[in-house]
Amino acid sequence: MSQFEIVSREDFSEVTYLLEVRHPQMARAARPGQFVIVMLNEHGERIPLTIADFDRHRGTITLVIQAVGKTTKQMQQECRVGTSLFGLVGPMGIPTHIGKPKKVLCVGGGLGVAPVFPQARALKEAGAYVIGILGFRSKDLIFWEDKFRAACDELILCTNDGSAGMKGLITDGIAVALAGHADVDECVAIGPPVMMKACADATRARRIKTMVSVNPIMVDGTGMCGGCRVKVGDDVKFACVDGPDFDGHLVDFDDLMTRLRRFTPEEKRAEQRWSDSCRMP
Amino acid sequence: MAKKRTIRTIPQERTPMREQDPAVRAKNFEEVACGYNLEEALRESERCLLCPDEPCISGCPVGINIPGFIQKIGEKNLRGAYDILTSTNLLPSICGRVCPQENQCEGVCTVGESLEAVAIGRLERFVGDTAIKEGWSNVPYIERNRFRVGIVGSGPAGMACAADMAKAGCDVTVYEAFQEPGGVLKYGIPDFRLPNPTIDAEIDKLRQLGVRFECNTLVGRLFTIEQMIDEMGFDAVFVGVGAGYPSALNIPGDSLNGVLSANELLTRCNLMRGRDFPNYDTPLPVGKRVAVVGAGNTAMDAMRVSMRLGADKVYCIYRRSRKEAPARLEEVHHAEQEGIEFHWLTNPVAVLDDGKGGVRGLRCVRMELGEPDESGRRRPVAVAGSEFDFETDLVVYAIGTNANPIMGQTSGLKLNKWGYIATDDNLATSIAGVYAGGDIVTGAATVIQAMGAGRKAARSMKAFLGIRD
Ligand SMILES: Cc1cc2nc3c(=O)[nH]c(=O)nc-3n(C[C@H](O)[C@H](O)[C@H](O)COP(=O)(O)OP(=O)(O)OC[C@H]3O[C@@H](n4cnc5c(N)ncnc54)[C@H](O)[C@@H]3O)c2cc1C
Ligand SMILES: Cc1cc2nc3c(=O)[nH]c(=O)nc-3n(C[C@H](O)[C@H](O)[C@H](O)COP(=O)(O)OP(=O)(O)OC[C@H]3O[C@@H](n4cnc5c(N)ncnc54)[C@H](O)[C@@H]3O)c2cc1C
Ligand code: SF4
Ligand code: SF4
Ligand code: FES
Ligand SMILES: [Mg+2]
Repeated sequence: MSQFEIVSREDFSEVTYLLEVRHPQMARAARPGQFVIVMLNEHGERIPLTIADFDRHRGTITLVIQAVGKTTKQMQQECRVGTSLFGLVGPMGIPTHIGKPKKVLCVGGGLGVAPVFPQARALKEAGAYVIGILGFRSKDLIFWEDKFRAACDELILCTNDGSAGMKGLITDGIAVALAGHADVDECVAIGPPVMMKACADATRARRIKTMVSVNPIMVDGTGMCGGCRVKVGDDVKFACVDGPDFDGHLVDFDDLMTRLRRFTPEEKRAEQRWSDSCRMP
Repeated sequence: MAKKRTIRTIPQERTPMREQDPAVRAKNFEEVACGYNLEEALRESERCLLCPDEPCISGCPVGINIPGFIQKIGEKNLRGAYDILTSTNLLPSICGRVCPQENQCEGVCTVGESLEAVAIGRLERFVGDTAIKEGWSNVPYIERNRFRVGIVGSGPAGMACAADMAKAGCDVTVYEAFQEPGGVLKYGIPDFRLPNPTIDAEIDKLRQLGVRFECNTLVGRLFTIEQMIDEMGFDAVFVGVGAGYPSALNIPGDSLNGVLSANELLTRCNLMRGRDFPNYDTPLPVGKRVAVVGAGNTAMDAMRVSMRLGADKVYCIYRRSRKEAPARLEEVHHAEQEGIEFHWLTNPVAVLDDGKGGVRGLRCVRMELGEPDESGRRRPVAVAGSEFDFETDLVVYAIGTNANPIMGQTSGLKLNKWGYIATDDNLATSIAGVYAGGDIVTGAATVIQAMGAGRKAARSMKAFLGIRD
C-alpha cells in the first residue's frame, strides 16, 4: 500500500536530508510548531520529527532529518522517492501561537534550522519584522538560505569556523541582533537543548519572551505514556500534548538533557548492530 | 430430562484451569492460563444451577444470558452457546480472560454463596476460543442504510459501538492513532494474559461486518470532531479515546531516569515489541530490581512483565492492604506465584538518586489503616518514624491516569471538572450526533464496562438517526 509515499528527497549534507511525503489531509491540517511520529517499517520505533514545511497544493509535508542513530541513518539509506513509510501520524502537538509580535528573532541551530522555518514564515505573514539567526558548523552544511531570506527581513548566518556568514555561535548572532535592535519583543529558538538553553540565557536579562520547542524522547505522542515529560517552572508537562512549545525561561534544560540520555546504551547497541549488518555482503 | 441439580449434587470443586508452571512462565510471554478443554468445560457447566432468578446476569455489565449459554455447553451445543454469547457480547474470548469476574457475574453467583462460584469467565473464554478455532462468526444479513458513522479510538468501547452500528446497516469507519487497532487490549494488557492473535481474531470479525479501520489517524489534530460532522459527511460520531495521561506521585526524584509509567513500560514492551529489542527498534528500560507502585491490573501487568524481562526482584508497593487491591484476584494470585514480593501498607516518599541521573532506591513509609474515607475503604495513614529504603534501579508508577486532553483541546465538547467528556444518561455529548463512552467518560474502568458503554451509545445513536432495531 503506498500510503505515506515519499515524493521527493534532497540531501543537504552527509548527515542532513529532506523527505517530502504525500499526505494531503495532513498538509491541510498542519500548523507551524507541530510534529509527526514516523515508523520506518513494521519493526521500527516511533520517532518524532517536526513538520518543517507543508504544501497544501501538492498535498505533502516536508521533514528535515539529521542522521544521528539507528533509525535516522536507516531512513537516510532506505527512504528513496517512490518508497513509503510504514507509519506516519500527526500533526501532533499544540500549534505555535502566532501572536502579534512587532519584532521577533527566529533562531535555529543544528536540527532546529528546518523546524524554525514555518514559524518564521507564519510570523512574517502575521506582519512581524523577522530576524532570522541560523547556526551551522560550516559552509557546506548550510541549507534553505534562500527560503529563510524570503521569509525574514534580516538573516544572520553563523558558522563555527567562519566559512560563511559570521564566525561564532548562535548566541553571538543573538548578541549582534540585540545590539542592533532595542525593540525585539519575542524570540523563537529551536535546536539541541544546549543551544536553546543558551538562547534563553541570552534573552533573559532583556526579558524578551522566548519560546523553545522541546524534544524529549517520545513513544505514542498522544499523552498516554508520560515518557515525554518535561519540567516547566513548577509544573510537569507532557511535551506531546501540552507542548512542544514552552517558555524557554522556565524549562529545566538540565533535566531534559539528562532524560534524553535514558537509552544511550541501547541506542548505541542498536546502531552498532545495524551498521554491522550493512557491511555484510 | 436430567435430575434437578442442587447445591449438594453438583461437582463441589470448581474445575481448575491448567496453567503454565509459575517458574517456567515467569520467563516467557506465552499465555499463563491454558483454557478449558471440552471435558473440563462440560464438568464446570454442570455446576450451574440454572437459577430461575438469574442473579449472575445482573452482575454482568452487559447482561449476558449466562445460564442460557452454560446450558448450551452442557448440551454440547457450542455453536448455540456462541450464538447466545454474541447476541450480547461481541468479544467473549477477551472478556472471558480479562473481566474482573469476582466483582461482576461470579460475585453474585448463587453457587458462590456456599461453594466456589461457577467459573463463568472460563466457560465464556472456552466458547469464544472454540469459535475462533472453528472460524465461526455471526455475520447477520445486513440491510444497508445511507448513514455514515465515525468512531474515534479502537479500544473495546469503540469496537463495540462499531459492531452495533455496522449491524444496523451503517457505513462505519474507526479511526485509531496507533498503527494497530485494539486500544489497551493491544498496548497495555500483555500477551501472557491476552494473546494478540485472540484480539486480532475478534477485530477481524468487525472487518467481516464491513467496519473499516483507519490507523495512524490522530483525531482532533488531523481533523476535528466538528469537521467529521460538518465537512466529512458523518451522520454520527462516537468518541472512545480512553483515558491515558498517567499520574505521577509528585515526590522528590519523580523525574529521574529510571522512573516511568506502567503505560510507557507496557507500550514499549507489548505494542512496540521492545521485549524483542534489538530485533525490534524500540528500547525497553530493564531493571534488576524493579519497584512497581500501585496494585491495580496495570500494576500487576507491569510487575509480571518486569519479571519476564529478567528482573531479579520485583516489588509491589501499595499503600493499602491486599484486601483493597483493585486488581483482579487471579492476577494478584498469579503475580504471587511468579515470585513478586508484595509490600502492602507501604507508601513511597522519595525516589533516591544514584548521582548519575538514575535511580538507586525508593524510600517508603509504613502505613496503617485509619478511619474509612469517602470511598468506604479505610484510609491509610503513615506510621511516624517508619521510613526505610528499597534498593531498586527502576521505579514504575501504576497509580492511575487522568483524562487525555486532546479532545478538549481540539473540540467544543463539554468536559466535566476532571477533564473527562461530559455526557447525559444516554451518552450523548454536548454536540448533537456525537456520543462518548468508555474510559474517557468514566475514568479508568474495565473492558466490559467500556464495551457496555459502546453498545449503549450505539442504541442512542440509532435512536438519533431514526434506525429501528
Ligand atoms: C517534537 C520533536 C521534534 C523533533 N524534530 C526533529 C526534526 O525535525 N529533525 C530531526 O532530525 N530530529 C528531530 N527530533 C529528534 C529525533 O526524534 C531523534 O533524533 C530521533 O528519534 C533519533 O533516532 P535514532 O534512532 O536515529 O537515534 P538514536 O541513537 O536512537 O537516538 C539519538 C538521540 O535521539 C533522541 N531520541 C531517541 N529516540 C527518540 C524518540 N523516540 N523520541 C525523541 N528523541 C529520541 C535521544 O536523545 C537519543 O540519545 C525531534 C524530536 C522531538 C521530540
Ligand atoms: C495495563 C492495563 C491492564 C488492564 N487490565 C484489565 C483487565 O484485566 N480487565 C479489565 O476489565 N480491564 C482492564 N484494564 C482496563 C481496560 O483496559 C480499560 O478500561 C478499557 O480498555 C477502556 O476501553 P476504551 O475503549 O474506553 O479505551 P482504550 O482501550 O484506552 O482505547 C482507546 C483507543 O483510542 C485511541 N486514541 C486516543 N486518542 C485518540 C485520538 N485523538 N484519535 C484516534 N485515536 C485515539 C488510543 O490509541 C486507544 O487505542 C486494564 C487497563 C490497563 C491500562
Ligand atoms: S462479560 Fe464479563 S461480567 Fe459478563 S458474563 Fe462475561 S465474564 Fe462475566
Ligand atoms: S447464578 Fe451461578 S448457578 Fe445461578 S444461573 Fe448464574 S451461573 Fe448458574
Ligand atoms: S509521548 Fe507518550 S505521553 Fe507524550
Ligand atoms: Mg533510536
